[in-house]
Amino acid sequence: MGFPDRIERTVELAHPPAKVWAALTTAEGLAAWFGEEADIDLRPGGAARMRWASGYSVEMRVERVEEPAVFGFTWQIEELPEDDPRRTYVEFTLEPAGAGTRLKVVETGFAQLPEDSYRKVYDGHVQGWASELGELTGYLDAR
Amino acid sequence: MPDDIEAIAEQVFAALADPSRRAILAALASGGPATATDLAARLPITRQAIAKHLALLTEAGLVTAEPGERRRVRYRLRSAPMKVAQQFLAALARDWDSPLDALKEHLDRGA
Repeated sequence: MGFPDRIERTVELAHPPAKVWAALTTAEGLAAWFGEEADIDLRPGGAARMRWASGYSVEMRVERVEEPAVFGFTWQIEELPEDDPRRTYVEFTLEPAGAGTRLKVVETGFAQLPEDSYRKVYDGHVQGWASELGELTGYLDAR
Repeated sequence: MPDDIEAIAEQVFAALADPSRRAILAALASGGPATATDLAARLPITRQAIAKHLALLTEAGLVTAEPGERRRVRYRLRSAPMKVAQQFLAALARDWDSPLDALKEHLDRGA
């Protein structure tokens, strides 16, 4: 497998971990910066979902809930068929940094993708995290 | 979407600043209305990114969703905000023209 398997990004947020935690783990928070609609059952094994007006939706499974430090979930890979069992794993780590939070996001599992969809999905998620973390920052700053 | 010209133009320029969004608009302009799934199949952009971009483009009034079932919602290009942005550019272009005309006259006189 010659592909990188992971994407890692860190962002410094000027808000305390509790506020960042709420933005990441509640339906209201997720719908405000990530999806257009969201629901989440916040416990390991719980189901979560985000939807967009275009009809696109993504199913997630909550994996790790260690408030307010670690939140992990697996989710479907959009270029694979709906019933494909492969998932990537996303883990957010929140660390207090002064009055704010250092938020790290690591997404792993890209190496299991077939060659024909690897580049599109990997590049899409690299760009995706850059823009999502920008939106998260904007959402938190506006509150 | 906002009603004052400057705010509309600002949204159009912000929407056009992103290469993926330009690709989506170009695909809708050349191929006509399409679903998010059609667009994801045609462009090197993931479905999730397409969903996010379509949300922003709808907000900016550059596309409209035609009602349909989930996943069959078709998006159509809406040119009205582009025309507003064009007027905005035309107004700026006029301002650039006058010093250029003055320069041209000056050079013509010297010839």
